[in-house]
Amino acid sequence: MPTLPPEFADLEPFADWCLGTEAERYARRLSSSMDEMQAFYDAAFPRLEEAYTYLNRFDLHALPEDATHLLWLYYSLINVSFPVEVWRQPRVPDSGAASLAAVVEPAV
Amino acid sequence: MPHFAKPAEGSWTEHYPDLGTDLVNYEDSISPEFYELEREAIFRRTWLNVGRVEQVPRVGSYFTKEIDVLGTSIVVVRSAPDQVRAFHNICRHRGNKLVWNDFPREETSGICRQFTCKYHGWRYGLDGGLTFVQQEGEFFDLDKADFGLVPVECDAWEGFIFVNFDRDNATPLRDYLGEFGRGLEGYPFGELTQVYKYRAEVGSNWKLFVDAFVEFYHAPVLHARQAVSDESQKLQKYGYEALAYQLDGPHGMVSSWGGMSPPKDVDMVKPIEQKLRSGLFGPWDDYLEAEAPPAVNPTRSPVWGMDSFHFFPNFMVLPYFPNWVITYNYWPTSYNSHIFEGALLFVPPRNAFERLQQELTAVTFKEYALQDGNTLEATQTMLESRVVSEFPLNDQEILLRHLHRTARQYVSDHQRRQPSTPVRISAAI
Repeated sequence: MPTLPPEFADLEPFADWCLGTEAERYARRLSSSMDEMQAFYDAAFPRLEEAYTYLNRFDLHALPEDATHLLWLYYSLINVSFPVEVWRQPRVPDSGAASLAAVVEPAV
Repeated sequence: MPHFAKPAEGSWTEHYPDLGTDLVNYEDSISPEFYELEREAIFRRTWLNVGRVEQVPRVGSYFTKEIDVLGTSIVVVRSAPDQVRAFHNICRHRGNKLVWNDFPREETSGICRQFTCKYHGWRYGLDGGLTFVQQEGEFFDLDKADFGLVPVECDAWEGFIFVNFDRDNATPLRDYLGEFGRGLEGYPFGELTQVYKYRAEVGSNWKLFVDAFVEFYHAPVLHARQAVSDESQKLQKYGYEALAYQLDGPHGMVSSWGGMSPPKDVDMVKPIEQKLRSGLFGPWDDYLEAEAPPAVNPTRSPVWGMDSFHFFPNFMVLPYFPNWVITYNYWPTSYNSHIFEGALLFVPPRNAFERLQQELTAVTFKEYALQDGNTLEATQTMLESRVVSEFPLNDQEILLRHLHRTARQYVSDHQRRQPSTPVRISAAI
């Protein structure tokens, strides 16, 4: 399981959301229950400000491994914020067969 | 009572009297015969955006692009520090696709000193010239100078690479892009090197997705739930009005207000947007300071949010000045299918906070695009029922009226140039 910086050890139970690509994050979202995503959101959202304040101390292109995991965790939080804050379901409503694949994304 | 002034004629549509105000026939989006005509009349006769110069940073950098609508594939390469060229991706020996990896139908990119055919080892320089023939002595009077790669006219505008497949083309790229192209020059496109790209195979005619992105009449309804509920009800009550619409030749633009970047009151937006100061209209904080070129926010409105420029036929640029832009490309694969490409180009983030702001914008873009995308197949299938064939377009849908009229115009001009072509469906449109 990916490790997080010691200051964020309380988020370790959600470390399986530390996913490096959009495809992995989106797939994880679609295969999660609303309860799972709500629990992740409830734990991670209140610490968003502390997380970016912590991460801002580093050069974005030279993040330590545990800090990279923390950043990935918050990319996942952003993805999960839609089901939790808006949709009340994992998928975008009425998006049926529509898909949109991320084919290029930033290295960091 | 309009919130934003309309032209003296009373409407945007009547300001351009050639458009008319009649019902619009959508046979052009469901007819296989019309699509066959569009391929030659439109896609072989216009400048097509295939990428950006950042995709070919060094001499020898290349990428391939499948152009299904013209039944070909091209390779775009930086052949010299100041030159980008395009060639049909075909070996002159016996027709093998020259550049591909593993799967011939998949696009690829890379860097090389020369192109070598996988089949018999013929080699071509970056300028397209044939440089090596395996067992050359076995051929009969083969002059390598006659067997270079077949070039495609290629040029760049503000870093956007375009190709033109018309061997008789007489219109330079910059002239083709017209006043919108000139008016966007100076936008800091080259600074926007943080790139997200998305791709979707869509079960609709290519024009239906252009339709979806050149009107925002749908936004307060289709995307209602993306806003917090009080805000959503207010937006639906107001409906949508653009700041301005402009047409220039085959191209069009809509200028939009954007009250959410930043919102007047943070309670108008979702918790994640409040925390990250970002959303659909991008990060609320500008990192780049730059003066808007003349085409951006043409009414110089203080409530401006973004513009959408549609360059006929299949390219759109949406500047969210000055920190990021969206581009769309629509590549037809049949009369009722196309490949959609959306790219988000940002100023590189300086720290994790800015990176998270951009991530929220990118994720939000996808949520909206999935809603937009799924209506297209639903529309295509019912249009194909032909139960109804003519539709009322309102004044906020002027760019759709213009797009479909332009497509029909290109097709009828093409038919006039080739009198032997049977005029199969002109009666229907």
